Amino acid sequence: MTNKSVTRRGVLKSGAVAGTGLALPTIFTASSAAAYTNEPTGSSVTLGFNVPQTGPYAEEGNDELLAQQLAVEHLNGEGDGGCLNTFTSKALKGNGILGKKVEFVTGDTQTKSDAARASAKSMIEKDGAVMINGGSSSGVAVAVQGLCQEAGVIFMAGLTHANDTTGKDKKANGFRHFFNAYMSGAALAPVLAAEMGKERRAYHLTADYNWGWTQEESIVASTEALGWETVNTVKTPLASTDFSSYIAPVLNSGADVLVLNHYGGNMVNSLTNAIQFGLLDKVANGKDFKIVVPLYSELMAAGAGENIKGVLGSMNWNWQLQDEGTKAFVKSFGEKYGKPPSNSAQTCYAQVLLYADAVERAGTFNPCGVVEALEGFEFDGLGNGKTLYRAEDHQCFKDVLVVRGNENPTNAYDTLEIVEVTPVEQVTYAPDHPMFAGGDLGSCNSGA
Amino acid sequence: MDAILLQILNGLDKGSAYALIALGLTLIFGTLGVVNFAHGALFMIGAFCAVTLQKLFSLSFQTIDETQTDFLGNPLKVETPYVEAWFGPEVGASIIDWSVPLAILFAIPIMLLVGYVMERGLIKHFYKRPHADQILVTFGLAIVLQEVVKYFFGANPIQTPPPEALNGSIDLGTMIGFDPNAIIYPIWRLVYFGFAVAIIGAVFSFLQFTTFGMVVRAGMADRETVGLLGINIDRRFTIMFGIAAAVAGLAGVMYGPLNPPNYHMGMDFLVLSFVVVVVGGMGSLPGAVLAGFLLGVLESFASTTWATTTIPGINQIIIYLVAIIVLLLRPRGLMGRKGVMED
Repeated sequence: MTNKSVTRRGVLKSGAVAGTGLALPTIFTASSAAAYTNEPTGSSVTLGFNVPQTGPYAEEGNDELLAQQLAVEHLNGEGDGGCLNTFTSKALKGNGILGKKVEFVTGDTQTKSDAARASAKSMIEKDGAVMINGGSSSGVAVAVQGLCQEAGVIFMAGLTHANDTTGKDKKANGFRHFFNAYMSGAALAPVLAAEMGKERRAYHLTADYNWGWTQEESIVASTEALGWETVNTVKTPLASTDFSSYIAPVLNSGADVLVLNHYGGNMVNSLTNAIQFGLLDKVANGKDFKIVVPLYSELMAAGAGENIKGVLGSMNWNWQLQDEGTKAFVKSFGEKYGKPPSNSAQTCYAQVLLYADAVERAGTFNPCGVVEALEGFEFDGLGNGKTLYRAEDHQCFKDVLVVRGNENPTNAYDTLEIVEVTPVEQVTYAPDHPMFAGGDLGSCNSGA
Repeated sequence: MDAILLQILNGLDKGSAYALIALGLTLIFGTLGVVNFAHGALFMIGAFCAVTLQKLFSLSFQTIDETQTDFLGNPLKVETPYVEAWFGPEVGASIIDWSVPLAILFAIPIMLLVGYVMERGLIKHFYKRPHADQILVTFGLAIVLQEVVKYFFGANPIQTPPPEALNGSIDLGTMIGFDPNAIIYPIWRLVYFGFAVAIIGAVFSFLQFTTFGMVVRAGMADRETVGLLGINIDRRFTIMFGIAAAVAGLAGVMYGPLNPPNYHMGMDFLVLSFVVVVVGGMGSLPGAVLAGFLLGVLESFASTTWATTTIPGINQIIIYLVAIIVLLLRPRGLMGRKGVMED
């Protein structure tokens, strides 16, 4: 009596196969009947807005959400139309997208990668979202971008500044309108040289995670190319709340510039601490001591209050720009919400319109059609001047702003002043630049 | 040498906040036997007392200035604080300027009340429950308080600057014979340290030299006997809870100018403060203070470039590393007493 059909190895093998099958998320299987994931069949289409609604970046997330809601209104032909009137592409008619009324669902990223993936997954699987937009962290953006690629939906990133989002972690289904750390360095360096000279010694304090590292790398490279020397680069834990023990050593380090590669609460606290220690009143190496915050946001500027006066940094966009697109957006947003929009709000607003426009031009919600329509797309009228969505890495190339903390603000909103609009040519890099190397865009996934 | 002195100062400064929070935690644990995970939230509420007072002082009325325009091109609405209108621009401005120190007076009654309500309204019902239940309920309470503050004040940090006269930094080095610019230290950080020492001194004196304090100490040692002597020890312990809340609150009020308050600042300190209490010895007040300052200084040194290049990541684990070593060598903590948390 032998039982040839059941062996230990055979059981293990079939168990493993069955297990793998069961473990496969429904995300890969649910859409098999449709032409692509979440193909809209009714009279409406659903977009998913995944922003931090709780946690330290909640204010920024709320601002993004306000802009996204405004974009949906404009797409559906409500309100004053905002940038639909200034956008150079005229595919959008204010009758929804491809005639379907735009609806939206929201998720809370909590600025945590796992929470962000879970909320994006829920919006895709339960609510049938065809596109995910928003976010305020590169860690979250990379995680959600990966998920959207697997699920076969389009990811229109919100605020994400790390080089990796369109560098080593780039994905065919993901698109970034926001600028990146390399561009910050390239835009800031000439202004720093003009204002502070070419013989400076810089000390970096860097948030110890993906975005901080890429920003430090970018700023070090661009300032050293100018002739600056890097005295030290110190990583600070993301959870730090008091930076006094990191600031104190700067005083006698021989440095005359402090670069704070921090964002959000980290930046507000480290800058506040640096000012407390009197760094800006100090003279080092015969020069006035300076502080640079490479990535600024309006909400951080508000949090840092008086301390940002005179401190240089860069931004993707600012409401004080005078082009027609900016004016239209600021007017719509300001009249509806009583305050000017932040640059994270603007990037989300632009991304929603860009997605809708690409669908109209492609004539389909199929992600592969949308990818094709966005790749190499040139446009203007959304507030950033002439812009290109580069096909090779899905990164937008446009002018970058160098800003400074306003010495004499006249109201609660002009805390930053624009120092220079750095032309796009100066911040453009080759797709295979070493800081962006190692990734592969792959091919678009429609989920079919 | 100057770098070492700077880090000691930084450490004492950090340690001040740890010591004040841990002192309150130990007081509550020593008297009521409750592990209060909402203590960090009390620190945060204290900081928001300063924010609230600053906002109250800055309450403004609007006038329309036709000569200027706002961001939409409409006539600019100019905000004038009521205090400036009532007391004149100079007095009004200095009242707003001094709102953080003035908030001490504002925070004491509020914190005593918050402590009283918290103890009578919720924690009282958990005295006979296991420590795990106490931890769960107080942690839940901390989250609720945090969300309430976020609802009213938002998630963004809010600047509460020190008075102009105490802003900026001074050259401490020249005062003690170092080269100029060798030891520059922010004035408010020195104020904070001095304030912490004063509060700690006041709490110890209160317990040591007043009849009330004597009864409380007796109650901490043997609650039943004190009760049998006809003393209402529960009422006194409730008052001690209020005092502990006030200590945490005042630590928070004065902390605002160091780092702008936000709704989760309490959580940032909570876990560290528990480590401080455990290292100091559960139930030991001097232990909590000693461990607070000690861990503050060690954390500061661990953040120096020298330390982080020698042992990468040491700045993030030093406190827990020290806690492990202390508990291995002295399982009751530095100054722990026999019999506490051992039943």
